[in-house]
Amino acid sequence: MKYAARRLLHSLLLLAGVSILSFLFADLAPGDFFSEMRLQPGVDAQTVAALRARQGLDRPLPLRYAAWLASMARGEFGHSLAYNSAVGPLLAQRIPGTLLLTATATLLAWLLAIPLGVWSAARRGTWRDSILKVILSILLSIPELLLAIIFLAIAVETAWFPVGGMHAPGAESLPAPDRFRDTLRHLAIPVLVLVLGMAPVLVRHVRSAVAETMDSPFALAARAQGIPRRRLFFRHLLPAALNPLISLFGFSLGTLLSASLLVEVLVGWPGLGPLFLEAIMARDFALVLGVVMSSTTLLIAGNLVADLLLYRADPRIHTS
Amino acid sequence: MKLRLTLAFLAAFHAAVLFAAFLAPYHYAEQHRDYPFAPPTRIHFTDAAGRFHPRPFVYAIAQDTPGGDFREDPARLYPIHFLVHGRLFGVAAPGVLFIWGSDAFGRDVFSRVLYGGQVSLLTGLVAAFLSLSLGLLWGTLAGFYGGWVDRLLMRGGELFLALPWLYLLLAVRAFLPLHISTTQAFFLLVAIIGAVGWVRPARIVRHVDLNARERGFVLAARGFGANGPYLMRRHILPLTWSVVLTQATVLIPRYILAEVTLSFLGLGVGEPVPSWGNMLAEARQYHTLIAHPWMLAPGLATIPLLFAYLTLADILLERPAPNGTAQPTGKP
Repeated sequence: MKYAARRLLHSLLLLAGVSILSFLFADLAPGDFFSEMRLQPGVDAQTVAALRARQGLDRPLPLRYAAWLASMARGEFGHSLAYNSAVGPLLAQRIPGTLLLTATATLLAWLLAIPLGVWSAARRGTWRDSILKVILSILLSIPELLLAIIFLAIAVETAWFPVGGMHAPGAESLPAPDRFRDTLRHLAIPVLVLVLGMAPVLVRHVRSAVAETMDSPFALAARAQGIPRRRLFFRHLLPAALNPLISLFGFSLGTLLSASLLVEVLVGWPGLGPLFLEAIMARDFALVLGVVMSSTTLLIAGNLVADLLLYRADPRIHTS
Repeated sequence: MKLRLTLAFLAAFHAAVLFAAFLAPYHYAEQHRDYPFAPPTRIHFTDAAGRFHPRPFVYAIAQDTPGGDFREDPARLYPIHFLVHGRLFGVAAPGVLFIWGSDAFGRDVFSRVLYGGQVSLLTGLVAAFLSLSLGLLWGTLAGFYGGWVDRLLMRGGELFLALPWLYLLLAVRAFLPLHISTTQAFFLLVAIIGAVGWVRPARIVRHVDLNARERGFVLAARGFGANGPYLMRRHILPLTWSVVLTQATVLIPRYILAEVTLSFLGLGVGEPVPSWGNMLAEARQYHTLIAHPWMLAPGLATIPLLFAYLTLADILLERPAPNGTAQPTGKP
């Protein structure tokens, strides 16, 4: 319990650090939302200065940060100039999209990676293992960007899967099972790209973690006892190999969120990715910060879960 | 053997991109407005009459209707000349030679992939150099001196790792001007990509240094009165080279992809200078891609390159570490 509280406090400090750093960095950066406006003829410097003053952008940095903290407490997370609304609700619309996509992809990738990894570790050094290794290396060398472009083109050409968005138009009126199926069909392409990008890395790590435990004396003893292979691998070796894999779960989340950003933009998935890109193009600082904080929270939360899982799985951490 | 092959392939790939001005039959900006989206030109040895030509040639191509398919005209043939006008190969003026097809402006995709590689590869190499230098500097200071430098590194680094990598990259890009010249964009890209990725190499170098500090020969040298800078130069840094090398093979392909991604999203190097990213952006419209699949060439070009770097990284990681220094594995 004390461990959990300490990790939580650490996560909150990290979030605070990221927000302060973002404010500092934005303050040093040239130009803002209104400097794009200056390019239009008929908008003079006074107008821009007045607009800046009205948004409170001319106040000193600590005051602006305090104002942002206050608005965060109200759930607004600042004011988006491009959308002319509070950032909070904008984020709330998009976070479920990213969560749904990444959670599905993570689940599928691990479900695929664990049996495959164990399978190839059990066949270490055989031709099947080598073939899998080559296939994984090739998959790892294909950029997700390229995968997404190709799958999108195939999906559009064959009309097997819908492309763009999360629901078909008018899906709200459908009965619940149909709506569920509709969302699943929309998930297919982005999840496929993410799983193909992520699973090879996971399989390689599962394989090496399990292969390492295979050499330990207890594995030899278990084999000598005549424990069936399948039981040996899944009940004895896999749990012993779990530690690095739980850490990997935390690390892989960052990569997954990054890949998800790109895939979301490409397939028009209503997640944080497209919102982020819009915010960048519009130089909408509050929105950029909002997305940065959301993605950081997602990643830190994932790492926190991994830490706590590791704490549960490995009694050695209790003592340190 | 595997190592040599991989290295040879990487060297050849980089050389091909480096000498794009010689290997490519056209300049990257040269437009042939009469040949939009021409398919890859077919190279022939026997003509319509069945006569064999020792010098390969291409037929003239033309569209029946604007936007229609290109068809070969067997009446007009253009032999391929080698080593003309300072280029490796090409055909005489009215003929065209697009071995990987042409884009919407009739620019040769093959030439643009070669030239585009210059931007993409150089970004990857220079940014990786920048990251590794920063990482080596800070990692060595932190690992060797410890104390507040070390704490600052570890705590500050955590802030960088708290953000998903691409979000961090884009967030940094978000605060910098959008409309800039190509040269500025290039340096900006290199600086951003390089500066964002220093944490992992720094941590790994720190780890190696922490171990090295307690090694017998370092303690002995210290006992003989060696000062900090001497120890670092003579004993600590040589121990870090192997991890720095391994990190380079991990970072370079990742940074090449970062450039491709940013330019693809319109936040990197822009037209008319080609980069693999902004070329792929043209293939993004699915109807372009279905009708003209050769537009994927810049994306496909990355696959053998990434594969070679990946193989190299694997070989280096599997290699036994020199004089028993534990080599921390690269985290994904």
